[in-house]
Amino acid sequence: MKTNIVYRGLSVLVILAGLVVWQGCKPKAPTTVTMGDAASKVYVAPGQYDEFYNIVSGGFNGQIGVYGIPSGRLFKILPVFSVFPESGYGYSEETKPMLNTSHGNVPWDDLHHIALSTTKGEHDGRWMFANANNTPRVARVSFKSFRTEEILEIPNSGGNHSSPFITENTEYLVAGTRFSVPMGGKDVPISSYKENFKGSISFIKVNPESGRMNIAFQLRTPGFNFDLSRAGKGASHGWFFFSCYNTEQAYTLLEVNASQNDKDFIMAVNWKKAEEYLAQGKGKVEKVKYAHNIYDDKTHSATTTMENEVTVLDVMEFPDIVYFIPCPKSPHGCDVDPTGEYIVGSGKLAAMMPVFSFTKLQAAIAAKDYEGDFNGIPVIKYESALHGEVKKPGLGPLHTEFDEKGNAYTSFFVSSEIVKWNVKTLEVLDRVPTYYSIGHLSVPGGPTSKPHGKYVIAYNKITKDRYLPTGPELTQSAQLYDISGDKMKLLLDFPTVGEPHYAESIPASMITPNSTKIYKIEENENPYAAKGEGQARVERKGNEIHVYMTAIRSHLTPDNIEGVKVGDEVYFHVTNLEQDWDVPHGFAIRGALNAEILIMPGETQTLKYKPLVPGIVPFYCTDFCSALHQEMSGYLRVSAAGSNTPLKFSTGVIEGEASGAGH
Amino acid sequence: MRSDKPSDSTKEEDPNKSAVEAITDPTKGIGAIKNVTMNTPLDQERIKRGEEIYNMKCQACHKLDDKRVVGPGWKDITTRRKPEWIMNMILNVDVMLEQDEEAQKMLELCLMRMPNQNLSIGDARDVLEFMRQNDGEK
Repeated sequence: MKTNIVYRGLSVLVILAGLVVWQGCKPKAPTTVTMGDAASKVYVAPGQYDEFYNIVSGGFNGQIGVYGIPSGRLFKILPVFSVFPESGYGYSEETKPMLNTSHGNVPWDDLHHIALSTTKGEHDGRWMFANANNTPRVARVSFKSFRTEEILEIPNSGGNHSSPFITENTEYLVAGTRFSVPMGGKDVPISSYKENFKGSISFIKVNPESGRMNIAFQLRTPGFNFDLSRAGKGASHGWFFFSCYNTEQAYTLLEVNASQNDKDFIMAVNWKKAEEYLAQGKGKVEKVKYAHNIYDDKTHSATTTMENEVTVLDVMEFPDIVYFIPCPKSPHGCDVDPTGEYIVGSGKLAAMMPVFSFTKLQAAIAAKDYEGDFNGIPVIKYESALHGEVKKPGLGPLHTEFDEKGNAYTSFFVSSEIVKWNVKTLEVLDRVPTYYSIGHLSVPGGPTSKPHGKYVIAYNKITKDRYLPTGPELTQSAQLYDISGDKMKLLLDFPTVGEPHYAESIPASMITPNSTKIYKIEENENPYAAKGEGQARVERKGNEIHVYMTAIRSHLTPDNIEGVKVGDEVYFHVTNLEQDWDVPHGFAIRGALNAEILIMPGETQTLKYKPLVPGIVPFYCTDFCSALHQEMSGYLRVSAAGSNTPLKFSTGVIEGEASGAGH
Repeated sequence: MRSDKPSDSTKEEDPNKSAVEAITDPTKGIGAIKNVTMNTPLDQERIKRGEEIYNMKCQACHKLDDKRVVGPGWKDITTRRKPEWIMNMILNVDVMLEQDEEAQKMLELCLMRMPNQNLSIGDARDVLEFMRQNDGEK
C-alpha cells in the first residue's frame, strides 16, 4: 500500500513556529514540544492511506478502536465485549449469543489488551485477540472482516487481566487471573485467603488454520495477583513470563497491604514442560462451566456451546514447570526483547528497573541457584538471573517495548514520560514528557521478534488541559512520537474512545489486500436468508411472525405487511441483496426496544420486534444508500390481539382504498 | 453519498478504461466484452443459471416485462441493445455510467445508479442467454 506523505509548504511551518512562541508566553499552558516539521510527518493527504493500522483497546467501552498511524484518524469502533446498537451487535438475533457466559448474557466488559497473531515471532496479519477483564473472557477478531468471530469464557478466573499474550507462532494465548479466588465457587471467609484462594493461568490453544480457541490446560498457582505477561521468543520460546503482585496475599486495602514486600515475582513458566506432564496424563480434569461463542461468516450467526471440563496442573505438585524471579515492587510490565534473551521487569513502585537474562535464568535453574521457595516453588536468586539494572530511569515504570535497533522504550506513569534506553548497555539515551500519566506504550511490532519501529505511541491516563473541555469527562488520548532518530520527537496528540490501555500497530500493507468487501450472496447460509426478491415472504408460526425481507437500493421487500397482532413476536430477517463494496443497508422500526441492525452486502441479520399496541408502524433503511434512500421504507399494520386481519404482504402493489379496512 | 464513492482503488489498473473500443463501436459499450458469439438454439444450461442469478441479484429492480420499477424492464432488451453493451453494463457498470452515453441516459431516467452485483463474465453471459429466452428466442 502506498503512503504518500505530502509535505506542506513553508506557510505551515511559519504558523507552527508562531504557535510555539505564543504557547511559550502562556503560563502553565500545555507544553508544546513538537518540532517544526511535525505537521508534515502526520499529514496524510485526502484520499491517501495511513501507513499503519493502530489496533487500540477501548478499556471500559469493551470495544476496539481502529486508527491510522501517523494521522491518528479513527476508522472504526469494533464491538467485542459490549453491545453496539449502531450495528446491532449483541442486539440482532444472530449476534446475541456472542455475549453469552455461564452467568447469562453479559452485555459489557472492560477490554484491556490487544495481541496480534504472529508466525515465527512476526506479525502475520490474521487475527487480533483481546481480553475481557471483568467477566473473564478472551476474543478473537478477524483482520479480514474486522469482526469479532469468537469469544471464550475463562473458568476459575477472578478477572482476566494478564491476557491475551501469545506465543511466537500463536500456539497459545494466555489468560492469567488478576484476582485469586477460591476454586469451584467455594463459600469461605475472605480472611481465609492464604488457605483457600488460588491463582489460575489458562493456556488457550489456537487452531493454526481456523483460529478457533480451546482451553488446553490451566496452571493452578499460589494465590496472588497476575498483572501482565509476555511469551519467550527465539531462544526463550517455550517459556512464558508473568508479572505477579500481592505476593503478600493481602485481601483488603491492597494499596497498602500489597505493597509491603521489597520484591514480588516474575513467574517464569516452562510451558513445554507442562505439555510433557499433560502428555503423561498428569493433568486433573475438573468440572467447570464456561461459554464458547463462535460467529460463522457463512450463516452470519453466532452459536454458544457450554463447555464443562478443564484440565488442571497444580504447579505446587510439579516444581519444574514454574520458577519465581524476585522483581522489585509490584511489577506491571514483564516484557521480552525481540531476541528473547532479555526480560524487563517494571516495578511500578520501584526507582530502578531490573533486566533479566534468559541464559542466566537457565544457568541458575541448572545450578539450583535458589534463595528459597514459595509454597514449594523455587525462588531464583535475584542476582543470578539479573542481566543488570537500569538506574534511575524515572518514577513508576509500567511497560516496555522495543525497536529494531536494540533500544527499549519504557513508560513512566508517575513521572509522565517515555524513557529510551539500550537493552544491552542499560544506558538511558533519551526521555520525553507525555501529557499526562502514560500507561502502556506501543511501538509498531514492538512485542514481536521483528519490530517495525518508526514510532512510539503513548496511551495516556489523564488528558486534563490538552483538548477543548467537554464537562467533567474529558476525551481520552494518545500521543505519537517519532523514534526514527536519536531523539524522540512528539508529533501528534490524538483523541481516543473508551480508555486506551494497550495497543498494537501493524503495517497496512499486511491487512488491506485481504479486507473483506462483501459477503457473497450465493454463499449466504443463514437459514432465514431471502436470496433474491422472489424469496421475500412473511410466515406465521404460532405467535411468531417471520418476515423474510430483502433490501436493495432503494426498497425493502415486502414493504407492506398486514395481519400482525399485538402479542406476536415479529422477526425481521433482512437480507442485503447488494454485491458491491460499501453498500450496507440498515433497518429500524418505531418503538423497537433493542436497536437497529446494519446489514452488509450479501448478509442476513435479524431484528426482533414486539408490537405492544395496534396501529400502523413505519420501518425504514437507516444507512444512506442512494438518492432515493429516503424512500426506502415501509409499513407494518398491527391489529388488536384476537382480530382476524389476514396475513398479507407486498411491495409495489396499489390497492383500492377500502381494501383491508373494517376488520 | 455512498453511491457516488469511487470504486475499489486497490484494484489493478482497469483494462476496460481504454476508450479505443468505444470509439470504434459505441453501441457495444465500454468494457472487456468486445465480441459475443450468440448461437441458436439457446443453451438451456446457461438459461437455467442465468435465471438463478436473475432471481438472486437482478429481480429486485428489473422485471421481465416492459415495466420500469427501479431499473428498466427486460422485455426486448436484446433487440434494443447489443449483447456486448448488455454484458459491459453488467460487468463494468461504474465506468459505463461515467462514460457511456446510453448508460447515462438510463441514469437520468431512473436516477438510481445500477449497482455492481459482482458477476463474473460467465455469469453475465448466462444472464444474457436468459434475456434472449425472455425475448422469445429459441
